[in-house]
Amino acid sequence: MEPFKSFKSMGMPIDILNCDTDAIIPARFLRIPLDDPDYNQYLFHDLRFNEDGSEKPDFIMNQQPFRDAKVIVADVNWGCGSSREHAVGALVANGIRVVIAPSIADIHRSNCMKNGVLPVILSREDCDTLRAHMHEAPGAEIDVDLETQTVTALNGTTFNFEIGPFDKHRMLNGIDDIGMTMELDAEISAFENDRKDYAWL
Amino acid sequence: MAGQTLFDKIWNRHVVTEKHGQTLLYVDRHLLHDGSIWGFERLRQNGWKMRRPDQAFATPDHYTPTHTASLDDLTDPRAREIALAIKSNSEEFGVTVFPWGDKRQGIAHVVGPEQGITLPGLTMVCGDSHTSTHGALGCISMGIGSSEVTHVMATQTLWQTKPKTMRINIEGKLGFSVTAKDVILAVIRQIGTAGGTGYAIEFAGSAIRDMSMEGRLTVCNMTIEAGSRCGMVAPDEKTIEYVKGRPFAPKGDKWDMALKFWRSLPSDDDAVFDAEVTVDANAIAPMVTWGNSPQEAVQVTERLPDPDKEDDPDRKATLLAAYDYMGLTPGMPIAEIAVDKVFIGACTNARIEDLRAAAAVAKGRKATVPTLVVPGSGLVKEQAEAEGLDKVFTEAGFEWRLPGCSMCVGMNGDLLKPGERSASTSNRNFRGRQGVDSRTHLVSPAMAAAAAITGHFTDVRTMMEDA
Ligand code: SF4
Repeated sequence: MEPFKSFKSMGMPIDILNCDTDAIIPARFLRIPLDDPDYNQYLFHDLRFNEDGSEKPDFIMNQQPFRDAKVIVADVNWGCGSSREHAVGALVANGIRVVIAPSIADIHRSNCMKNGVLPVILSREDCDTLRAHMHEAPGAEIDVDLETQTVTALNGTTFNFEIGPFDKHRMLNGIDDIGMTMELDAEISAFENDRKDYAWL
Repeated sequence: MAGQTLFDKIWNRHVVTEKHGQTLLYVDRHLLHDGSIWGFERLRQNGWKMRRPDQAFATPDHYTPTHTASLDDLTDPRAREIALAIKSNSEEFGVTVFPWGDKRQGIAHVVGPEQGITLPGLTMVCGDSHTSTHGALGCISMGIGSSEVTHVMATQTLWQTKPKTMRINIEGKLGFSVTAKDVILAVIRQIGTAGGTGYAIEFAGSAIRDMSMEGRLTVCNMTIEAGSRCGMVAPDEKTIEYVKGRPFAPKGDKWDMALKFWRSLPSDDDAVFDAEVTVDANAIAPMVTWGNSPQEAVQVTERLPDPDKEDDPDRKATLLAAYDYMGLTPGMPIAEIAVDKVFIGACTNARIEDLRAAAAVAKGRKATVPTLVVPGSGLVKEQAEAEGLDKVFTEAGFEWRLPGCSMCVGMNGDLLKPGERSASTSNRNFRGRQGVDSRTHLVSPAMAAAAAITGHFTDVRTMMEDA
């Protein structure tokens, strides 16, 4: 997994409350492997494209300068619904490495971290301010630093965010969980061999 | 020391180790479905083995066709490949599989409890958010993403942050024709779709104690729609009765040991939850969702809400957007909404009791709109046919299909056309969930059958008094 130290890009406001993973990537694309060269097209597909494949001009991703934005600022309960990790795959395929929101659904949050996308929780008020600023000053950049746990935006205003020490360590170093857990094999075996309450299983 | 919750008792017994505030949690049961193909591919790419194939069980559901049992009818090569891969992958890695054509095949969340794979006291995972369903038997059961699926395949464990606990006490008695589906929709309406985020939820109270296992499974199924990955109900005598004799349940001495342990699991009287919510069961009526979030639910006798009465500007915007997408007008009575199709099925409501409830309404009546009935598993189908429910459905003009997820998510091609409106017993009414520009209304099986007969939402209580 690609380590995440810091990331700076234009911000894109997604003004959708409870933006679910069906909206982030519709179910019919889940059968397509993640290495498909068109994968970037599936992000927000039905919000972005008409049935004939033409763009819906109202959707923010189809507007300049937001086509090149790589930091999403979302609203409450981002990523709720289905556990589909393809939703994160579609973000990654578009180069998006950070999602900032007042709240992010648990499974989606975990899927983000497994794929080098940093989920950042800021207060609802701060997220509202950030999104409003991006609408007023399209192209505004957001600078996210994981080491210092800060988001810098709005011409220098800094916001601090929380992240668990373990998650931070794994993201900073791009550690793949599975390899790390495999090193605990002896502990797992010891656990398996000592389960008195579960002798019926 | 304060007592422990059901959740704590199970969680604490599955901690392998702890590091930096995260727990390496041991997984007793791993359910796999056709979408788990990615996990197998990653194992293969990395040359990893499956640590405990004996603790994994697989069944195809999402991509399974429901109109045909013949592979020749699967013309899309990718759909064909996915439908078959689960069998070959499971055989290669030594996983128990109920493949396409096996009468035990079905939706993973129906098959697990039915086979006795789901048991009280376990930790269970599946690469699907509705894994919360299984908690109805008194286990910790959570949906995970595909990277985590691979992690569990390779290590039989999962890194987790311990969630907070919430108890939802549903006290009182449910009225005539008010079902588990109406209960969970009423709960979500009350606490909101993010109300349970970060919590493991225990459902308790007299209405839950009185509820059948099937009903509890329906309630826990939609825990994820309240934002919580994990819903559960304390095991009681009903749970034990339900589990007894199922193929993968413990037998003989082991059964006796299990019983003793399971009876120790309910939350202690002095256990403290991080949050408690009370819901009045007496006040719940048959529910219908009208918007694009399960919390946008009203009682069938109500009118659609007026967005102008919303003080919160965000709520107002959400409601207006939902009206626009759903093609509805504020203030209209729910009963005036006509539907184009009806879907009875999905892991929420495709168990035998659900089909009985739908058949009771359909009996001796005729559908006025196309209606699909999709049993949750081959065994549910067999049972329904033994009871003659399939005849009731077909005589009413409902289509009787083969088991699978079907129109819940439409990955197998069972979809609404753009602009079409459904009454659906599934669990999500998100934009586009049942097809591009589809409009989904969530209801109970009885309410879905009622809509199938009249062509619009109808208070099933009036129809059943007729009968
Ligand atoms: S029935 Fe629907 S919700 Fe349940 S597992 Fe299948 S697709 Fe998911």
